[in-house]
Amino acid sequence: MTAATNPATSGVKSVPGAPLLELEDVKMHFRTKGDGLLARGTKWVQAVDGVSLTVQPGETVGLVGESGCGKSTTARLITRLLEPTAGKIKYQGVDIAHMSERQLRPYRREIQLIFQDPYSSLNPRHTVGTIVGTALRTHGMVAKGGELKRVQELLEVVGLNPEHYNRYPHEFSGGQRQRIGIARALAARPKIIVADEPVSALDVSIQAQVMNLLENLRKELGIAFVFIAHDLGVVRHFCDRVAVMYLGRMVEEGPRNDLYEQPQHPYTQALLSAVPDIAVVRGVPPKTRIRLVGDVPSPVDPPSGCRFRTRCWKAQDICATQDPALEVKPTGTTTVACHFAEPPVESIVAEVV
Amino acid sequence: MSTDPNIPQGGNMTDQTVRSPQTVARTPRTRAEGEEAYLEVTDLHVQFPTADGKVNAVQGLSYALPLRRTLAIVGESGSGKSVSSMAILGLHDRKSTWISGSIKVGGKEVVGMSEKDLMDYRGADAAMIFQDPQSSLHPFFTIGDQIMESYRAHHNVSKRVAKARAIDMLGRVGIPNPARRVDQYPHEFSGGMRQRAMIAMALVNDPKLLIADEPTTALDVTVQAQILDLIADLQRDFGSAVVFITHDLGVVAEIADDILVMYGGNAVEHGPVDKILGTPLMPYTWGLLESIPAVSGTPGPLHPIPGSPPSLLAMPSGCAFHPRCEFKDRVAGDLCRTLKPELIPRTADQGRSSRCHLKEPDRVFETEVLPRLP
Repeated sequence: MTAATNPATSGVKSVPGAPLLELEDVKMHFRTKGDGLLARGTKWVQAVDGVSLTVQPGETVGLVGESGCGKSTTARLITRLLEPTAGKIKYQGVDIAHMSERQLRPYRREIQLIFQDPYSSLNPRHTVGTIVGTALRTHGMVAKGGELKRVQELLEVVGLNPEHYNRYPHEFSGGQRQRIGIARALAARPKIIVADEPVSALDVSIQAQVMNLLENLRKELGIAFVFIAHDLGVVRHFCDRVAVMYLGRMVEEGPRNDLYEQPQHPYTQALLSAVPDIAVVRGVPPKTRIRLVGDVPSPVDPPSGCRFRTRCWKAQDICATQDPALEVKPTGTTTVACHFAEPPVESIVAEVV
Repeated sequence: MSTDPNIPQGGNMTDQTVRSPQTVARTPRTRAEGEEAYLEVTDLHVQFPTADGKVNAVQGLSYALPLRRTLAIVGESGSGKSVSSMAILGLHDRKSTWISGSIKVGGKEVVGMSEKDLMDYRGADAAMIFQDPQSSLHPFFTIGDQIMESYRAHHNVSKRVAKARAIDMLGRVGIPNPARRVDQYPHEFSGGMRQRAMIAMALVNDPKLLIADEPTTALDVTVQAQILDLIADLQRDFGSAVVFITHDLGVVAEIADDILVMYGGNAVEHGPVDKILGTPLMPYTWGLLESIPAVSGTPGPLHPIPGSPPSLLAMPSGCAFHPRCEFKDRVAGDLCRTLKPELIPRTADQGRSSRCHLKEPDRVFETEVLPRLP
């Protein structure tokens, strides 16, 4: 990409030495009406309940967990599509958690979002040129008359034919539409992109194309990513660090290899053991699958203490009374929120079988 | 029917001293070889006439599946995997679909079967589980009503008997407290529970053929693991044949005996799972394997297949995969562009076949593709 107009950095403050993005004990509680005819007792859905996360410039952090764990809500909080009910969201050291829409404007340019569904995230009545061009104009990224040139540049960067700027979204395949969404995010020259399940709606071969594209962009443009996905293979492939969420809380966080090879939280272990692994046909011995009992409890009335204790085989009395802190344990290299954290012990597992 | 001990029962983790997880060993599947085919698909063609022209969704598909075996059909959108499987249940609209060939299920010919015979056949001989349990259950009726309706369509029994059967089935698929759950509505069930209820409904009449169309795609991995275990357990108990449609090769590796890879309405590779995924012989299957990031081992770069799947309205000449194939230039005489390869059984390798002009594909795979798998 050529350096066209210098992005308007005015308005974005920063504290020297601060990480690019820092969430501090962020909470998002949604209000729901109570049950019954009289709608008594307002309830609060604790979608995100105390998430802390740090992203350095150029770093990719994966956020994994099952549906309802709060990973998409976290994405919407980082991009400030939602205002958190508590906690701090610091961008370059400046808290943007409760900024007004006007104050937020310059920050919105630097924090972009890629959506899951390439079919519903593009306006069907706008051409690709308009879609990407709107992002350029909104953020004042190009001088008058330079818009089309820049749109075509961006289309080329994401691997689309630049001549197709006047086509409509329905003329593109799913993978190509996702590329348009990526071009739109890139138009603002962001420092960080929050990608919420960017490849899960795509076919396997197309998924790999889009992942390679994102990886090239990351390497060439140095953009940091918060990468949200439920596919643990995809996250492992793309991310430097991975955070595991369960029922609104972060249960484990650490460098990719440590988390995948030496997970310490029982939930991480169960999650990883549940992923079907194609390596079994190549002679890799099949993993023993940890069977979780029951369903994820309701975020309206989560269990006391550790939220995973109702499904955990290690649960003791302390788990119901004391909320485990997310901390580094002497047993491993990841930070983990569990009273009985330890790396997986194969011998115990083998005995059960 | 007694409760299967393999089905997880809620709330049995009371022993606080147990510090080990409840685990399931994944043993290699024992294969029932040499049995007579229960499902036999021969030269199946499915066409949809549209305003833009004729869509050849399935172009001459043939395979056979004996009881107690699981066949996984994999392929991308538009490969014909779902369309061919819907034809097995006679679910296509007669007026807008043109079907030829033969589908025999337990000796009955399904192609051309009358609507009345289809009503008797569906559910009793063959049943289907769909991807999205949310939209395949009726929101206005209780789970019990829907299972009972399915049972009473094939059995002349009282409501009381049918309800007892529904409760029994819900228990068998691992729904805790089935006697209470039977009177609940779909919205009161979680996603995994709904899929269990769907399976209970599909199996209530003891069908010998179960078709599962992406049954776990909408589910979380831990729930997916439960459902996969459940289907395998039930298959063992009921002795049924299972056609499992999926795009997830990891799932295939774990649950299937055989695999059928489809591309652009054709079968391109067919055979036992360990052989097809261990040493695939068709560049499309290679491309799929190179596109999947692994959860174990050293992460390597992905080598995606260039381009996108062909439009069924404008199929490429010759081999449907040739525009995306990096090996087409190795075949002499421009064959890939001009001549559609046949699905040929491998003489050296019993029970598998592939559709490709490439010479010595096993050597090409070993030397060029295997080293770069992610």
